[in-house]
Amino acid sequence: MKPFTYERAASPAEAARAAADRPDARFIAGGTNLLDLMKLQIETPDHLIDVNGLGLDRIEETPDGGLRIGALVRNTDLAADARVRRDHAVLSRALLAGASGQLRNRATTAGNLLQRTRCPYFYDTNMACNKRRPGSGCSALGGYSRQLAVVGGSEACIATHPSDMAVAMRVLDATVETVKPTVKPEGARRTIPIADFHRLPGDTPEIETVLEPGELITAVTLPKPAGGTHHYLKVRDRASYAFALVSVAAIVQPDGSGRVALGGVAPKPWRREDAEAEMSRGAKPVMAKLLAGAKPTEENKFKLPLAERALAAVLAEAKG
Amino acid sequence: MATPREIDVKRRTLMAATVATAAVGAVASRAGAQVPAAGPPASSNAAAPTTKVSFIVNGKARDLALDTRTTLLDALREGLHLGGTKKGCDHGQCGACTVILDGRRINSCLTLAVMHEGSKITTIEGLGTPDKLHPMQAAFVKHDGYQCGYCTPGQICSAVAVLAEIEAGIPSHVTADLNGKPPLDDAELRERMSGNICRCGAYSNIVEAIGEVAGRKA
Repeated sequence: MKPFTYERAASPAEAARAAADRPDARFIAGGTNLLDLMKLQIETPDHLIDVNGLGLDRIEETPDGGLRIGALVRNTDLAADARVRRDHAVLSRALLAGASGQLRNRATTAGNLLQRTRCPYFYDTNMACNKRRPGSGCSALGGYSRQLAVVGGSEACIATHPSDMAVAMRVLDATVETVKPTVKPEGARRTIPIADFHRLPGDTPEIETVLEPGELITAVTLPKPAGGTHHYLKVRDRASYAFALVSVAAIVQPDGSGRVALGGVAPKPWRREDAEAEMSRGAKPVMAKLLAGAKPTEENKFKLPLAERALAAVLAEAKG
Repeated sequence: MATPREIDVKRRTLMAATVATAAVGAVASRAGAQVPAAGPPASSNAAAPTTKVSFIVNGKARDLALDTRTTLLDALREGLHLGGTKKGCDHGQCGACTVILDGRRINSCLTLAVMHEGSKITTIEGLGTPDKLHPMQAAFVKHDGYQCGYCTPGQICSAVAVLAEIEAGIPSHVTADLNGKPPLDDAELRERMSGNICRCGAYSNIVEAIGEVAGRKA
């Protein structure tokens, strides 16, 4: 790792201001992704702002029947929360399908949203990667692309977003709450729908979210329970502790209508509300719309039929 | 050429000796009364910033002044000479570095020591001693839950925490009923232990050892 200075932040607004003052600073919470990347010198911050002491580790009920999940709630605690298990089961299922017990005990809600891709060319500092070194090219195009995106990518980048949790958050219509640094001591708050939070790569794949410099996530809010049956089906190369080739997060209502988002196929959790109008007609018409415009490689074109079959399995499970 | 029986005995003797050496190392460190100069050799840099941190390891208060880059794993091994916790991949993929932090198992390689002011940390040295093994340590010996032994301290720390997680009702990926009490079957233990890799492949014996401590069968 490169040397860095370290501070423990005293409040969210103070943390945001400290980060805005130092462009090469990073917030650190669980650290399970950031430290991995720092050891490989993919991330080289000169200053770390430890946000673990900010008290953002509670899950509270909102006036409209939803849940406000503090940014620092650990993945284990979120998955095990009785209200999440009962009313937002797709979120528990997605979290439990990700990482290992040790990692879930440290990884946080906000950090999970911000984790970086596991594209092998992003991780190999000897290879060209527009996300890691803008303008250097993309080794994944024409390279080893089995894990990578089939939809939403660009000529500059076909990395996938690796999160399971974020796919469930997308299907639950979550909202990201932040504090931005301002001259006022309390900072400025804003809320961002999860659908708008992650960016598609275009020609700037190094910019992955709409967060501004210094902006700190303080919470993720879920609306009132969506009802229906909740499903998270993750298809991967081994039974546990592996990233998704394809994952399906779905909420299916008794009348056959519902919502679906995909993981493992795109640079962000992949959902199209127009595709959901086809839910009661089965997996094939849903996927025709959801994966419209897909540009798979020879190595990952298997993901298209795999996604359709995974959704078909989910819909069969929903019928019971 | 050793007979299989001799090899078996040597392996067990070696494991006990490893635990004993680690315990002696910890005593020597205290007797030396030095503020441990922590951080791995690879991190040595005269200009690197340092930060003080105090935490409790295996019931003893420890004060360290560390290169900020020092992981909890390196602070335990290099700073406090608690060599039982192992460095495998150093990237959170293998679980050899698993310790119990404030009652939760974590990968000590993927967290900075300075982030744990006031925390309580339990390593394999804090679970039991060669004379008085923790029930999980005794069960691993009884069921031969290891071959080379390198992943074993992490496996045992993880296993102790897994049983606490099941007791607390925390579900797993294979728990059929999210709202019920998780069962104590092999599928649950295997899923929950998937963050601990054993390249010798002692998995089935590890599951037997954990199952015995859970009171599933004698």
